[in-house]
Amino acid sequence: MLDVLVIGGGHAGCEAAAAAARRGAKVGLVTFRAEDIGQMSCNPSIGGVGKGHLVRELDVFGGLMARAADCSAIHRRMLNRSKGSAVHGPRVQADRRQFQQATKELLNETPVNMVIGEATEISIRCGRVLGVVVDGQTIAAAAVVLATGTFLDAQLYCGLKRIAGGRTGEKASLPLAAQLREWGVAQGRLKTGTPPRLDGRTIDWARTTPQPSDAESWSMSGLAAGPAREQLACAITRTTAVTHEVIRKNFGQSPLFSGAIEGRGPRYCPSIEDKIRRFGDRDGHQIFLEPEGLDTHLVYPNGISTSLPVDVQTAFVRTIAGLERAEIVRPGYAVEYEYVDARKLDSTLGHREIDGLFLCGQINGTTGYEEAAAQGLAAGLNAAAHALGVATHRFERRTSYIGVMIDDLTLQGVQEPYRMMTARAEYRLALRADNAVTRLGQDALALECVSPRQREAIESHFELRTRPEFAETDEGKADALYAPYVERQQREWAAVDRDMAVRIPGNFNYSLVPGLSAEAVEKLRLTGPESLEQASRIPGITPAALAALHVATTRRAA
Amino acid sequence: MRAPPDGELIDRALVLRFDGPGSSTGENIVEYHCHGGRGVVEALLGVLTSLPGMRLAEPGEFTRRAFANGRIDLTEAEGLADLLEAETQAQRKAALFAAEGGIRRQVAQWSAAVIGLSAQAEAAIDYVGDEDETALDLSQLQAEAGRVASELEDWLAKPRVERLKDGVRVVAAGPPNTGKSSLINALCESDRAIVTEIAGTTRDVIEIPISHLGLPFLLIDTAGMRETGDVVERIGVEKAEAEARRSDILLWLGDPANVPDHAQAILVHARADIVGREEAPVGSCSVSAVTGAGLTALWAQLHAKALSLLPAESQAALNLRQADCLVRCRNELASATTNGDVAVVAHHLSEARVALDRLTGRSGVEEMLDALFGRFCLGK
Repeated sequence: MLDVLVIGGGHAGCEAAAAAARRGAKVGLVTFRAEDIGQMSCNPSIGGVGKGHLVRELDVFGGLMARAADCSAIHRRMLNRSKGSAVHGPRVQADRRQFQQATKELLNETPVNMVIGEATEISIRCGRVLGVVVDGQTIAAAAVVLATGTFLDAQLYCGLKRIAGGRTGEKASLPLAAQLREWGVAQGRLKTGTPPRLDGRTIDWARTTPQPSDAESWSMSGLAAGPAREQLACAITRTTAVTHEVIRKNFGQSPLFSGAIEGRGPRYCPSIEDKIRRFGDRDGHQIFLEPEGLDTHLVYPNGISTSLPVDVQTAFVRTIAGLERAEIVRPGYAVEYEYVDARKLDSTLGHREIDGLFLCGQINGTTGYEEAAAQGLAAGLNAAAHALGVATHRFERRTSYIGVMIDDLTLQGVQEPYRMMTARAEYRLALRADNAVTRLGQDALALECVSPRQREAIESHFELRTRPEFAETDEGKADALYAPYVERQQREWAAVDRDMAVRIPGNFNYSLVPGLSAEAVEKLRLTGPESLEQASRIPGITPAALAALHVATTRRAA
Repeated sequence: MRAPPDGELIDRALVLRFDGPGSSTGENIVEYHCHGGRGVVEALLGVLTSLPGMRLAEPGEFTRRAFANGRIDLTEAEGLADLLEAETQAQRKAALFAAEGGIRRQVAQWSAAVIGLSAQAEAAIDYVGDEDETALDLSQLQAEAGRVASELEDWLAKPRVERLKDGVRVVAAGPPNTGKSSLINALCESDRAIVTEIAGTTRDVIEIPISHLGLPFLLIDTAGMRETGDVVERIGVEKAEAEARRSDILLWLGDPANVPDHAQAILVHARADIVGREEAPVGSCSVSAVTGAGLTALWAQLHAKALSLLPAESQAALNLRQADCLVRCRNELASATTNGDVAVVAHHLSEARVALDRLTGRSGVEEMLDALFGRFCLGK
């Protein structure tokens, strides 16, 4: 029998499987096709402002993404370099094939059993997980991690054509979606999209503005990778008024506006037709042309995600400077999929009512590889804990972006795809991309989820911090710069801690608390906060409700 | 209205029904307007409280629910509490301004401005690489933050409401036996302070609240200031010095040359009826507690000074709690204008927002809620 069985081989699934294996669990991973493991479905880049922070934190616990990114990076840029270091965002563009290859290799570092097939049902009895039914056979497991990404009852849209599928050329997962609906875990439908892929040989690069890779070398991972690959420049161009005209004329052929797609898309990364509808008076939107690899001609135009029909895509692409003769190799499309109400999960990403079931990744309503991977880490660590009886780990929003994300998802749920931004972290000045090891190194060591080489690296980093020359490093200087703000915030935490640390037991009966309105009772019951501090952040819980809850829980504790 | 079980008539009353969420508390409310005699009210309450699920409200509970349901904010609740305690017209008007949302509306404007600035700063941080239009003009953002900060300064410079509620503090001070107690008694037309011929009679601080022509005063008599070996008297002298320092208006009955440094000092030449004291020094106000001469003129001066120290009519008057929140907000905005790191600027703007939220009670006020709503009596 397996300790942990992971359903899905995307970024969340791979990190979950690897993390559980690193803790010593016997792990299986179910996927439709072996070649799909670790695939980048959309933008061939890793990191950014907020996203880059997640990747660095994931790396401290031995995660795969940062190392895979370093191995395959063909362009690097430290975003916000001219601004304070608290908001520096490391971002790399990767050779798509190399990234996938690197992920597969890293996954093999710790043994994970591949199971090729379709998971059709999660076996559950009396509120605990027993295993997963794959192609008719039940595979028994003590813990199951669901990481199906955009595949649950997924539909692909290109113009008014619609086919079932979770990614171009791949099928959707229908029976599982039905099962989740039965449990009442399904929340709704979301949408994400991707731009057309262009043939780089048909692009007039002279008419674009080059953006070279950073001269300064830095890496995503704390562990030194091999020699850096050849770096490619990417290029910048813009849409024009003519582009906008073409798109406007064809709004009627967009599945977004025809009502065919009911799922909500991300506000922060909308399709080009959505941008034009909302920001119609802008004279142009920026586009980044990103080469997909060292030995491919494919170029990814970042900024024109679309689900308009192919002929319209060709028409509007050709109105863009440099792309007048560009050929579309693969059209852009939108995928609409079912997602889950993450408020049913606790801060370990385990389902509150089904013992041993963990959910992570885009299925919880997030968008982005980094967000999925970080959740995969959390779910994997805790699924292993459940199966092996070792310590669980709850990420906290005060010490990590992973904590911010899990807290936001499990307390607030999502109405639109959740993407990480530094604005979500109230302790942004303390959570920098350059101090992830300092913040989380001890936790990683305690969980025993890192390789000996990484253990050494973490320990030597802590040793470096004790030496006077640490003050000259980037991290040391940033620490000094932000220290007064961080200290003040720490004092405030201490004040809040005292009152709010009171834990609320899992079976707490909110309807017995005098002074709570029916609406508040319902919200609390639905979200299941673990402490008063969490309860205070549930939208709609008033100070008065909190005061009533405070009295009831402290009286109980007394 | 008839009582169960036999339908005995309690009263004929006007009964009003207000359906939530449009009611004053946001919940369904029924008001019974009956004849006000104690017997009728008791009978009605007796019937009502015998019904299942019905109980008497705690003091301030209705207002507390209005606050909890977001029908009023904390400044309006505080205004309402002040209104219920208002004893003078000036207090009533200031309280009404707050209770009717005068402070809330202004704070909402400031909040909107700060949120707008926050949004700009956050966009410059998080939207990099997606759109190039988020190039931030930091100096412009800081100029705007500075503008809001100086608006807050203007409000903070206005007189606080405490003077209106507690009265303008008028302290009579000077060496022993100069007529302080007599003067205080004359001003409030009663014999509250003890007067004898022995120096050092007043050993303690005596406070007398009075209202004069609609303005609230707190007249304060103090021990005569002198060097003394007597321990008890020494304490009295120290208290007198402290009171003089914190007074709003200082009546100095000693030698004009020794008057303590004070923005609102009035030199008083007391006992003008005594032989040899007919001539008052230049700049002094000549009074006699015995004959009453000069008291009207002195009151006129006190009144004029008080008007400048009290909140103007129907204008906002912040209480200490509200002023503290504004001070914090202003400090954060000021810090935002001087720092070049946009992450730090965003942090200060976020703290400024938190300070404004505390002002309106949107965050962090559980402990003080008890204190506030305890000021309301039953039925409010």
